[in-house]
Amino acid sequence: MKEQDYLDFERPILELDRKIKEMRDLASAENLELSKEIELLERRRNRLRAEVYSKLTRWQRVQLARHPLRPYSLDIIQLAFTDFFELHGDRRFADDKAMIGGFAKLDEHRVMVIGQQKGRDTKQRQYRNFGMCHPEGYRKALRLMKVAEKFGLPIVIFIDTPGAYPGVGAEERGQAEAIARNIMEMAAIEVPIICFIIGEGASGGALGIGVGDRVYMLENSWYTVISPEGCAAILWKAEAGADPAKLEARRRQAAEALKLTASDNAAFEIIDKVVPEPPGGAHMDYEGTARIIKGELIQALNELKMLSPEELCNKRLEKYRVIGVYNE
Amino acid sequence: MEWFRKKTRDLAAGEKKDIPDGVWTKCKGCGEIITVISLKKNYWTCPKCDYHFRITSADYINLILDDGRLEEYDANMTSADPLVFRDTKRYMDRIAEARKKTGVNDAVICGIGKIDGREVSFAVMEFAFIGGSMGSVVGEKVARAIERSLQRKIPLIIISCSGGARMMEGVFSLMQLAKTSALLARLDKMKIPFISILTNPTTAGVMASYASLGDVIIAEPQALLGFAGPRVIAQTIGGELPPGFQSSEFFLEHGFLDSIVHRSKMRKAVITLLDYLAGPK
Ligand SMILES: [Zn+2]
Repeated sequence: MKEQDYLDFERPILELDRKIKEMRDLASAENLELSKEIELLERRRNRLRAEVYSKLTRWQRVQLARHPLRPYSLDIIQLAFTDFFELHGDRRFADDKAMIGGFAKLDEHRVMVIGQQKGRDTKQRQYRNFGMCHPEGYRKALRLMKVAEKFGLPIVIFIDTPGAYPGVGAEERGQAEAIARNIMEMAAIEVPIICFIIGEGASGGALGIGVGDRVYMLENSWYTVISPEGCAAILWKAEAGADPAKLEARRRQAAEALKLTASDNAAFEIIDKVVPEPPGGAHMDYEGTARIIKGELIQALNELKMLSPEELCNKRLEKYRVIGVYNE
Repeated sequence: MEWFRKKTRDLAAGEKKDIPDGVWTKCKGCGEIITVISLKKNYWTCPKCDYHFRITSADYINLILDDGRLEEYDANMTSADPLVFRDTKRYMDRIAEARKKTGVNDAVICGIGKIDGREVSFAVMEFAFIGGSMGSVVGEKVARAIERSLQRKIPLIIISCSGGARMMEGVFSLMQLAKTSALLARLDKMKIPFISILTNPTTAGVMASYASLGDVIIAEPQALLGFAGPRVIAQTIGGELPPGFQSSEFFLEHGFLDSIVHRSKMRKAVITLLDYLAGPK
C-alpha cells in the first residue's frame, strides 16, 4: 500500500509500517539478520491496527467504504467466481458501465451476478461514472434478473454506489421510474436473491438493486437513506465552499446521526448479517475478502434453494412488510 | 361539484402557507395580481396561467371524494424516533411542531371513501408536514391502504406530494420504498387498479416508489416531478438546467406520465379512469 492510501486515522499504523520498511531495506542493503526485530514490529503494528479498527467511528467506516483500493464488484467476481460471462445492455437505450452483470459459477452453483462498478484510476472512474447508475443501469439489472428467473438461476447482487446519478439525461429517461420498477419487480422474482453491500449503499441508488431474500453488509460498508454529504447539506446547510474543517465536522456529525454502518443496520434488523473483513479492511486482502464473501454466498444459496418460489416471494414480502418503527 | 362542500376536518388548523389571505395576491406563476376570490373559485389555480397553488390534504379529500367524506384509518399513528435523531433540532421536537402546525399526525391521510358511489382506498399526502416526507408512519399507512385495496378488492388512489424519504429515520425511511412497492406488486398481480396522482412536488423516495407505479399516472400542471432535486443536478452538471426541466410537462414529454389534468377536472378524470379500470358500476 502506498503512503497516500493510508487514511488519516491510520497515521500511527503508517508510522510503524515505515519503520518496518526501513528495517527491511536496511537488512537487505547491509545483509543483516533483523527478522526478529521486524517480526516484533509487525506484531506491534498488527496489535495497533486491531486496536484502531476495534473502535472506528461511523465516519471512519465511511472513509473505508470509499477507500480508493477497496475491492469492487469485478474484483470479487474475478476472485470468488469462475466462468464469468458478462452480459451487456438494457435492450432499451444503452449499456450502463456503472452496472455490470452476467452468468457466473460459485463452485457448482450457477448464478446471475449483478453489481455496481466503480473505477480505480481517473479514466476508469469516469468510464464507470463513479459507480452512479443511470436508468439504463437499473433496467439492465432488471433485464438480467428476468433472464435469471426464466432459467431458474439464483441472483447474487453486489451493491456499491454513492447514489443514482443526478443528471439531466437520467431524469429524462426516468431515474425514479427505473428504481421504483426494480424495487417492485424484485419483490416478486421467483428465484433467490442475495444482496451484498460491499462498499457504499446510498439510498434509492442502492435499493434499486437491493431487494432480496438475504441482505448482507461487509463490516466497513454503509447503507442509509442519504449520503452524509447530502444530509449535512440539507440539515446543516453545510455545502462545498464552506470552511473545510467545519464541513468535515458536519459530515462526520451527519454520519453519526444517520447510524449508517453495518452494525447499525444489523441492530435495526434491516440486514441479515454483518460480514467481517480481513484485518485492516477489505482493501488489505482481496483474496481473503473474496473467500469470506464466497463462503457466505454458498451458505445462503444452499439455504434458499430449499424454498419453493411461492415461499421465497411470501417470505421476501414479509421481510419488508414488517420494517418500520411507529406508535399507535 | 362545489368546492369545500363539507369540512371533514378543521381546515383552519392547517397552516396554508401556499395559499394567500387577503383580497389580492400575486400569482407565483405569471406574476399577475389576482383576487383571492377568483383563485378560490378556480380551485386555487390561477385563472390566467393555470398555476396550481398548493392545497392541503383535507382540500384534496373535499375535491376528490363524494361529499368530501373519508372514513379515516390509522389517524393516530405517530412517528417514533428509532435513530434518536438530532440535527439542529431534535426529531421529536420537529414532529411535535409539525403536528401542531398542520393539525395532522403525519404526512399522509388514509382511509376509505367513495368516488361517484364507488368505494376506493384513498391516500393523500400532506406537504406541510415536514415536506411530505416518508418515514415509517407514511410507509406503514400507505402499506395498509394498499392492503385494504387487496382485502376489499377496491381501487387504490394515492395523491402524492412529497420531497422524498424522511432523513431523520435513516434507513427505516428508505425501507418504506421497498415495503410499499412490494405490496404494489401484489396489487398488480391481483389486477386491482391503482391510480397515482402527482402534485407539486413529488420527488425522490416517493417518486422512486409508489408514485411511479400506478396503472395510470396523472399529474397536476407545472408540478415539480423527478428523482434528484434540481439544485443537486445543477451542482452535478455544473450548469444551468433546461427550461421546464422536471415539470409535469417535461415528464409527459419524456413518457413518464399518462396525462396532465387541471385540478378542476381531477375528480372527473378519476371517475372516468375508474370506469375503464374497475369496470362499470
Ligand atoms: Zn398565474
